[in-house]
Amino acid sequence: MSSATTAKPKKTVQKQTAVKGPTNVLIVGVGGQGVIMVSKILARLSQLQGLQVKQSEVHGMAKRGGSVFSHIRFGEEVWSPTIPMGEADVVLGLEWAEGLRWLRYLKPGVGTFISDTKRIVPPFSCRDRRHDARHGYAHHTIAEIVAQVPSAYAPDATGMATELGNERVANTILLGLLSTVMDFPVESWREVLAEFVPPKTLDTNLKAFEAGRAWTKQDHKPLVDDAATQAAPEPLLKREVKLEITESWCKSCDICVKMCPERCLALNDHQIVELVKPEACTGCRVCEWLCPDFAIAVHVSTVPINTISAEAAGEVQA
Amino acid sequence: MAEASQKIAPSKEALDLNVITQTGEEARPMTGHEAIARGVWEAGCRVAAAYPGTPSTEILENLAKYPIEDLHAQWSTNEKVALDVAYGASYGGVRAFCAMKHVGLNVAADALLTEAYIGVNGGLVIAVCDDPGIHSSQNEQDTRMFGKLANVPVLEPSDAQEALEYTRWAYELSEKFDTPIIVRSTTRIAHTRSPVVVGKRQEIEDKGFVERPENIALPTTARLRHPVVIEREHLMEEYFSKSDKTQWIEGNTDVGIVTAGMSYSYVREVLPGVSILKLPATFPFPRDIVRKFCESVKRVIVVEELEPVLETAIAAMGFTVEGKEFFPRAGELSPEVVHEGFAQAGLLKPRKTVDIVEFDQLVRPPVLCSGCPHTGGYMALRALNARVAGDIGCYTLAAMQPLQAMDTCVSMGSSIGTAVGLAKAGNETRPIVATIGDSTFLHGGITGLIDAVYNDADITVLLLNNSTTAMTGGQEHPGTGKTLRGLDTHKVNYADVCRAVGVQSVKEVDSYDLGVLYQAIREATEYKGVSVVIANRPCVLDPVKIKGPAFQIRAAGCTACQSCMNLGCPALSWSDEMLDGHHKIKIDETSCIGCTLCVQICPSDCIRPAAELASA
Ligand SMILES: Cc1ncc(C[n+]2csc(CCOP(=O)(O)OP(=O)(O)O)c2C)c(N)n1
Ligand code: SF4
Ligand code: SF4
Ligand code: SF4
Ligand code: SF4
Repeated sequence: MSSATTAKPKKTVQKQTAVKGPTNVLIVGVGGQGVIMVSKILARLSQLQGLQVKQSEVHGMAKRGGSVFSHIRFGEEVWSPTIPMGEADVVLGLEWAEGLRWLRYLKPGVGTFISDTKRIVPPFSCRDRRHDARHGYAHHTIAEIVAQVPSAYAPDATGMATELGNERVANTILLGLLSTVMDFPVESWREVLAEFVPPKTLDTNLKAFEAGRAWTKQDHKPLVDDAATQAAPEPLLKREVKLEITESWCKSCDICVKMCPERCLALNDHQIVELVKPEACTGCRVCEWLCPDFAIAVHVSTVPINTISAEAAGEVQA
Repeated sequence: MAEASQKIAPSKEALDLNVITQTGEEARPMTGHEAIARGVWEAGCRVAAAYPGTPSTEILENLAKYPIEDLHAQWSTNEKVALDVAYGASYGGVRAFCAMKHVGLNVAADALLTEAYIGVNGGLVIAVCDDPGIHSSQNEQDTRMFGKLANVPVLEPSDAQEALEYTRWAYELSEKFDTPIIVRSTTRIAHTRSPVVVGKRQEIEDKGFVERPENIALPTTARLRHPVVIEREHLMEEYFSKSDKTQWIEGNTDVGIVTAGMSYSYVREVLPGVSILKLPATFPFPRDIVRKFCESVKRVIVVEELEPVLETAIAAMGFTVEGKEFFPRAGELSPEVVHEGFAQAGLLKPRKTVDIVEFDQLVRPPVLCSGCPHTGGYMALRALNARVAGDIGCYTLAAMQPLQAMDTCVSMGSSIGTAVGLAKAGNETRPIVATIGDSTFLHGGITGLIDAVYNDADITVLLLNNSTTAMTGGQEHPGTGKTLRGLDTHKVNYADVCRAVGVQSVKEVDSYDLGVLYQAIREATEYKGVSVVIANRPCVLDPVKIKGPAFQIRAAGCTACQSCMNLGCPALSWSDEMLDGHHKIKIDETSCIGCTLCVQICPSDCIRPAAELASA
């Protein structure tokens, strides 16, 4: 074992002149949409301009439908690989709710927001089993967002891509749009695109890129928002579900217990079916439908809300 | 545009995209872990072994892209075996490498702590990847603490370029100081891509096996080695104090920041102008240079992710030092968090954050894939009302809504032992079932199974065999019949393994056959003693993406009962059509892989092949 070397710690002096901060672009979407590919294209472009680049992503769960995001920073000097909140020059969303999620990273007042209006509704948003439930998907209308962010573009890129004959080129349309708000020469964009897309699809991709460049807010009124973004109707009726169980007909086969989607039935100590979680029962009638011995009947009745007892109504107002 | 590969290893394509840096050198964009792999290869390493674990997995996957003549790279059954393999190669006199995620080091720790005493013949480097922020792990432990416990030096690169350089350097240090070296990476290093200037592969002389008394760990040899280990710590402290990789950035002397690794980048970003001491290694702690630095500034602040390792060491030298009062011990650092800390320290103004638009964030948790073969087993366990001891893998997602069919999850392979304990507690009225994936079973489940048989526990083990290590991106393992480099090899037969260790009730079923699966698990739970049900079906993502003909729902027949929604299949969602206050269901045909699970569940038989409905 030899002793310590004669090397010296590296001493440097902090630069006194301020270096201009890097340009920050945040690319976001859902696993499988191509976030990483889009960010590699942008990173490549900035490298070709001789800039320092850091591209950082966390995608551990991306494969399983989680959100994916990629930070790209380029400039003369880049330290942190992630973009501080409120400092993104551009947030580029490949999916609407994901775009919205990262809106707070945008530089207030000056950042550009570009997002496809495509909606990928996660199963988690369709979980409410109550009567007249609506999705948990982002309820803001496109117009609301566009009105609040000075520089916002919300094209239906996926729709446009489908018209071009390949849904996959939606990202290229967004890149086209992005190219109009960034400083790189448009020729470089086309060259880098050619490096990344499969040669067979280059034509369509270049068309998509031009379509993105040509897209302007003026020509495209925000889309008519679908039902998901509209306010839920006020419930007019109160619903009551009753299960009528004919105990003597139940032969303890357990079918209803196993098949009830809300798992609210059980066999009791006498091996007869019982509604053990009445609050969870949605009145779906699966048990009635599947019982081989007709031992269950489901009764659903509705009462207009304004005829609910005055007491209950009082509670609502209190 | 082509589909982005979610694998971080872009391989050839990225390697071809070289660029010229500002200083005129040729560089290629690399992630931190591509750079570590490159460093290992350049250092002339001959043997590399690992067990996958996010985010360490990509290192071996990338190493396997280097020529087979240059190095042997393999997946091992677990981290302990991987380290043993690497250490064996080091005994043999060649440079060796091992990679694991932070918790993997717990598994390998037994070997490591003694290897620190024995020393190395060929250089041995272990890349250990921490996961501050717990992006994809079961805890947030700090490997730097392990370095101190094990008396193994810990190097901390701060970006991809350093990841490469430190890895090469680690081999020199390993051989110079006769010790394994840990290169500590983090999720952020792993997944940040930046241009890296690369070098050439070194030709390293093969030393051959060297017979030394300390090769054999015995009380007599260990007693002699322990003082040597302590002496080495002092020598390395001195070495790091003088190393040119220790960076002293002179600035304003009112405040001096001591930092290392990724935290350094955040400091440079957030607080320009201050004096900074950037350490390449957190253990052994280079006291000399730290003392000089602390004496040169009026106030010392340590910025480090997770535990106060540097801070405690500086405090122990008698300096007044601040750190964890400003920067959290839990969670990942970021420019925001570091800014906030410096604001608390009175060095910066607090950031103002303005929410441009107020809204509820959409919840988009990771879910099991459309047609994931794990789904059916958990549907059956729900129906059986079993007490489920879970384990680690994709199937842990079954603990979430809507399946919610898992009661415990601790560490790789824990499920079976946990189930034995639950059974031996003697108070459980529900059937006790351990669920474990194939890779996890091989990693740490087999010993648990032998224990269960040995102690005659009344439990059922559901072995979820999807023929891959799916959670970490689909790696081969001894049950897939393929090696890391994709070569054919022996394939473990699980039923044989179970019978060989004495399990009397072993049944194999198809994960997509719900009725049979349910019956098999029910019978197994009724069996007194240890029973095993092996549910077979390949993962739909890896190694090949499976896509069968899609199904669609005949809306007229759908009663909106929501039964199918209990599967949690992401291809299923609400349509706008309502029946009696509930949404009918629709299927996203691009996402549906045609597994038929929902078809088997639907009580009204309205889920049909999409082709059939289209032609109707
Ligand atoms: C000690 C340890 N090593 C590695 C990991 C990373 N890891 C998490 S799940 C998993 C493998 C799961 O594979 P398998 O059991 O086959 O289940 P699958 O994901 O395929 O469903 C691994 C390696 C870990 N969490 N802990
Ligand atoms: S109607 Fe029957 S099957 Fe449906 S939720 Fe109620 S109890 Fe369950
Ligand atoms: S990757 Fe494979 S095992 Fe994991 S959720 Fe998807 S299908 Fe299931
Ligand atoms: S068949 Fe049903 S459960 Fe299977 S992937 Fe398609 S929609 Fe999902
Ligand atoms: S299980 Fe069948 S009837 Fe029930 S909601 Fe699903 S598709 Fe409709």
